[in-house]
Amino acid sequence: MSRLADSAETAMQRDRAVTIFEKGSPGRRAFVAPALDVPELPLDELIPARLRRREPARLPEVSEPELVRHYVRISRRNFDLDSGFYPLGSCTMKHNPRLHERVAGLAGHARLHPLQDPARAQGALALMWNLERALAEIAGLPHVSLQPSAGSHGELAGVLLTRAYHADRGDQRRTVLTPDTAHGTNPATVTMAGYEVVKVGTNADGGVDIDDLRAKADRDVACLMLTNPNTLGLFDPNIEDIARIVHDVGATVYYDGANLNAVMGVSRPGDMGFDIVHFNLHKSFTQPHGGGGPGSGPIAVSDRIEPYLPRPVIVRRGGEHSNGSGREFDLDYERPKSIGRLRGFQGNYGCCVRAYAYICSLGASGLRDASETAVLNANYLLARLRQLGVCELLPPAYDRICMHEFALTGAPMKSELGIRTLDLAKRLLDHGYHPPTVYFPLLVDEALLIEPTETETKETLDGFAEAIAEILSEAREDPEVARGAPYTTPVRRLDEASAAKHPVLRQAL
Amino acid sequence: MSRYTAVTDADRSAMLEAIGVASVEELFAEIPATVRRSAPLDLPEGLGEAEVYAHLRDLAARNTSAEDEVSFLGAGMYDHYVPAVIDMLMGRSEFLTPYTPYQPEISQGGLQVMFEYQTAICELTGMDVSNASVYDGPSALAAAAYLAKLSNGRPRLVVSRGVHPHGRETLSTLCQGYGMTVTEIPLSNGLTDLAAWTKALDDDVSAVLLSQPNFLGAVEDLEPLIAAAREHGALVISNADPLALGILEAPGVLGVDVCVGEGQTLGNRLDFGGPSFGFFAARDEHVRRMPGRIAGETADVDGRRGFVLTLQTREQHIRREKATSNICTAQALNALAGVVYLSWLGRRGLVELCELLVQRTAYARQALSALDGVSELHNQPVVREFAVTLELADLAAVRRVVARCAAEHVNPGYPLGIDYPEHPTGLLVAITEQRSRADIDRLADVLGRALASERAGAQAPGASSHEGGQTA
Repeated sequence: MSRLADSAETAMQRDRAVTIFEKGSPGRRAFVAPALDVPELPLDELIPARLRRREPARLPEVSEPELVRHYVRISRRNFDLDSGFYPLGSCTMKHNPRLHERVAGLAGHARLHPLQDPARAQGALALMWNLERALAEIAGLPHVSLQPSAGSHGELAGVLLTRAYHADRGDQRRTVLTPDTAHGTNPATVTMAGYEVVKVGTNADGGVDIDDLRAKADRDVACLMLTNPNTLGLFDPNIEDIARIVHDVGATVYYDGANLNAVMGVSRPGDMGFDIVHFNLHKSFTQPHGGGGPGSGPIAVSDRIEPYLPRPVIVRRGGEHSNGSGREFDLDYERPKSIGRLRGFQGNYGCCVRAYAYICSLGASGLRDASETAVLNANYLLARLRQLGVCELLPPAYDRICMHEFALTGAPMKSELGIRTLDLAKRLLDHGYHPPTVYFPLLVDEALLIEPTETETKETLDGFAEAIAEILSEAREDPEVARGAPYTTPVRRLDEASAAKHPVLRQAL
Repeated sequence: MSRYTAVTDADRSAMLEAIGVASVEELFAEIPATVRRSAPLDLPEGLGEAEVYAHLRDLAARNTSAEDEVSFLGAGMYDHYVPAVIDMLMGRSEFLTPYTPYQPEISQGGLQVMFEYQTAICELTGMDVSNASVYDGPSALAAAAYLAKLSNGRPRLVVSRGVHPHGRETLSTLCQGYGMTVTEIPLSNGLTDLAAWTKALDDDVSAVLLSQPNFLGAVEDLEPLIAAAREHGALVISNADPLALGILEAPGVLGVDVCVGEGQTLGNRLDFGGPSFGFFAARDEHVRRMPGRIAGETADVDGRRGFVLTLQTREQHIRREKATSNICTAQALNALAGVVYLSWLGRRGLVELCELLVQRTAYARQALSALDGVSELHNQPVVREFAVTLELADLAAVRRVVARCAAEHVNPGYPLGIDYPEHPTGLLVAITEQRSRADIDRLADVLGRALASERAGAQAPGASSHEGGQTA
């Protein structure tokens, strides 16, 4: 792939960004209002003029064909999982089956009002009940709430549950422990839940530093938040000791489920000693990521945490209770110890439908196979990178068998070739790949976090490894190529500093 | 090989050889045997695509959706028509399957959508800045209260009982974490009680929270309420129904500091409550305390216009425990539906839709109030939802009436007694453009007969006696 001169601007690059607000013409429209079929009353009698809007919102005025063409054209300026490999570490970009879109779009799901009488929403409640049972089994913890809307929302639920649990026992605690490898959402959640963060160090093998944990685990600690496998893609073999140390001071152990895709059916957080787990339905259970949401972040908890779960909870009534009411499944609001709601209605049901369809498709052995294959693919990709000599410049941060993802450090590449991880990532764009997660985890210098997922073929992994090898050998010849990349994308490297310094956050009209 | 994986036996052998292990099990050797399972999960075995479809279709068939009955149920989510272009665009791989635009050079489509969405929300609300969306309306409200805490550090919140009950409850839940107390102000003839409001305010109040229109459908007179809050230097947070802003004064014009709301009415389907999106807009001075993703305009190295995620130093992945919020995921796909919907309606269309809703709602309000045993719960101006009181004994009787109507495939609305013990026999009725005059006439007929039967003491079909209140 040659470096493109300025004159060789691609067609996509020549097509400069124009927003929908800059298109159209006064009077154009797509919508035609239904005819007024009731006697018209003077508007002033219905809503006094002083409460009404003086100036209409300056929305676009476009025809439907213009509208469609605008959004289809700009959609093409996106890279997406359906078109190419997306090994974004910590995000589990696995294939999104279209079956899930079809079933979620059935009117009985898609046009069901959230306040429909539960007697007439039995299918939805049964689905949620079934999904809760499946997630409980996968987590190894008996109780589930589907209400949280994302991983970070599940974390907040988990820490608030911890707060409620301690408060109910008259126990005032002040801090939450998080490893220095943790996702940024963990410490941010801790602050929002009114606790202080205490960081725990990482040992030479990439796991929790047990001595540091022992030193910091005291009666002020409310909770330890942990990801296992952790954000380095490594399973912490000391997990049972870790849980014991934290339980011994009366604190809870929280499992950040971002990396659950490594261990479904293989190992269960509940069995490891965790009290509270969140799932990312948009990761492990393949709800499409939508360009940044929607997500869904159900939580599973142990018996001692159950009384505090967000309400309502879904219940299955025994024979005599459901008799005649039509409510085999119901929403229970009578939860005196509940932390309350975290959002409106019952959570992101549409995401639950998709996750449930996925679990039905895979079943017990399919889920385990998904995790085993995810781990196989990750280890194979790492092996291929080694075979191609890539790891001489991009060595693994911790040289162990990885789980579903692995972290490389670009430090040798930076010192020997003079290109940074960012440059490598940008050059990958010219090769048609979405780059891995970069500069995370923070404790790895020039980090790349690579998560191939189970749905990719061996050929794709081979091609990606070769592309990285090619970029490195190209950089050995001329590091400027990577430093100037990308060349073929709809726009080239963007000035993020000036965007933050002089924010332009809307179209001027 | 299971569904959606591609590793053949030959692939596996070659891959294991390259890794240098003999079996897949060896890859899991680091997991202590005590927590590694050999037994399969206690779940059913996998099904083929057609079987999964049939199972999910059967579950769908056990729900009564807005497709199956003439529904006047609203109370926070509304059965507006979702145009076909939205299904098409949301289903496009390019919008459906990418993640957050961490690599802006290959995410210009999604970033431009966010930028356009932010523009549309600013136009609708009259606010200076909007983020790229949050989970939903109630969580947006709680996030706005957290912004107020970060902004002035005061300990109290004053919230109108006209705010959606789920919003108020979410606020209370989150306040357990960041330690604020909430004072609720009652409604009087459908509106926030100005005297009680003024009395509750003092210089400890961080923010006041209102809803426009409020949960009972009433259009609040915001100006005196805002003026009272201003006297004590409290931030003003207004929840707004974005569709109703086609006809109601923009919150920004009225001096609101933060405007949030539920975005479902903008081109998102009901989905039994989600996913939809929450919008979050504010005055310029609050932009660096806002939660969530924000797209901004910039240029590439050759000077081409482009878009990036910006002001990221607010966010959890940079600031960690000092972040303005823990939110990571927005509701990008649902916000796409929102901006496409607003563009589809267009400048005139939004106004025309609102005027139609106002006229049909007035007609429905009059038609129901004329029924024997029905009276207006309040007589305030309304846009597309209104509240009536049924002359019945209690909430259970209202539920029986609703069940009688349901038997005739009409859903008359939401029993207010569930959330408002002060209105045990209230009914909240919502009108959308999908409910014609004929539908409204049918509602009046069915509800009138159901009420008459109930009041005559006949036993209702399918009504349950085993019901409690739903929220505090």
